[in-house]
Amino acid sequence: MSKTNAQHFFKGCRDGVPIMLGYLAVSFSFGIKALLEHLTVGQAVLMSVANVTSAGQFASLSVIAAAGSYLELALSQLIINLRYCLMSASLSQKVDPNAPFFHRFIMSYGVTDEIFALSSAVEGPLSPFYTYGQMAVAIPGWALGTLLGAIAGNILPARVLVALSVALYCMFIAIIVPPAKQNKTLAIVIVVSMVVSAVFCYAPYLRDISAGMRVIILTVALSVAAALIRPVKEEDAA
Amino acid sequence: MSGNVYVYIFVMAGVTYLIRMLPLTLITKKIQSTFIKSFLYYVPYVTLSVMTFPAILRETSTPWSGLAGFVTALLLSYKGKGLIFVSLCSCAVVFLLELILVA
Repeated sequence: MSKTNAQHFFKGCRDGVPIMLGYLAVSFSFGIKALLEHLTVGQAVLMSVANVTSAGQFASLSVIAAAGSYLELALSQLIINLRYCLMSASLSQKVDPNAPFFHRFIMSYGVTDEIFALSSAVEGPLSPFYTYGQMAVAIPGWALGTLLGAIAGNILPARVLVALSVALYCMFIAIIVPPAKQNKTLAIVIVVSMVVSAVFCYAPYLRDISAGMRVIILTVALSVAAALIRPVKEEDAA
Repeated sequence: MSGNVYVYIFVMAGVTYLIRMLPLTLITKKIQSTFIKSFLYYVPYVTLSVMTFPAILRETSTPWSGLAGFVTALLLSYKGKGLIFVSLCSCAVVFLLELILVA
């Protein structure tokens, strides 16, 4: 058993490499921004290690800079990061039922958009060690990027940063497209989601909804719609 | 800054961890309802789609290079290429296109 745990772990490490590359770019810009908002290098890195959430951390900087209350900060984090709640609920069904319970507490720390994406793409039950492998590679990348951005914000040319900034999105595409080749419903769900998301981004009034809220509203609404129209048969959901 | 930065960090880390931890530890049984199972099955696909598009168009200096990276990723992943390959190729396309398009 321990050997297969190690295999899961190393598979996770390997799959975590593109996540780490994307994290380096994103957290690099976070590090730059944190220093501009008068955090120290140590505080910026501590925040990255303790939170591992891009949108939440960027949003916190404006609350902290405006000397907002702790409650305001807590509420903004709750709304921006509420999508993790859906992701964790989804993962709760995916985790290997034979894995000891305490793993769930450790895995929770690593539920990010990207690690969730890979963890839920696993065929069959999810070994906690696969998630740990990704965390072991990706989270140090998140911390290191923050550190580099904070101490040397302008060593990387802007062009390289821009190019790296699409890495995570492209990884998401590489995760959702292959299963959709076999499953027409998934393909439709993906296309409809992107179209509706674009409408919410550009249409008057709708575009005023924050990015975090948009993700939550659309995820709930569209997943409910898909579940009502095309309930999943037992074998697909495994 | 009036508040203590370390308290800020502690508060946000606590909230974020609870959001992630509660569903994972409170939902331990296999859910029986077909509706909820179907809902949770679709969640990753919808979330990732919504987060990717059109956000990818706004990351780059011009939407065209973002679009080119997006299409590159779609084509390569449709052909079954791996995560790293897809990501790096799309980054390269964005980089090269920006060299041409952005002065």
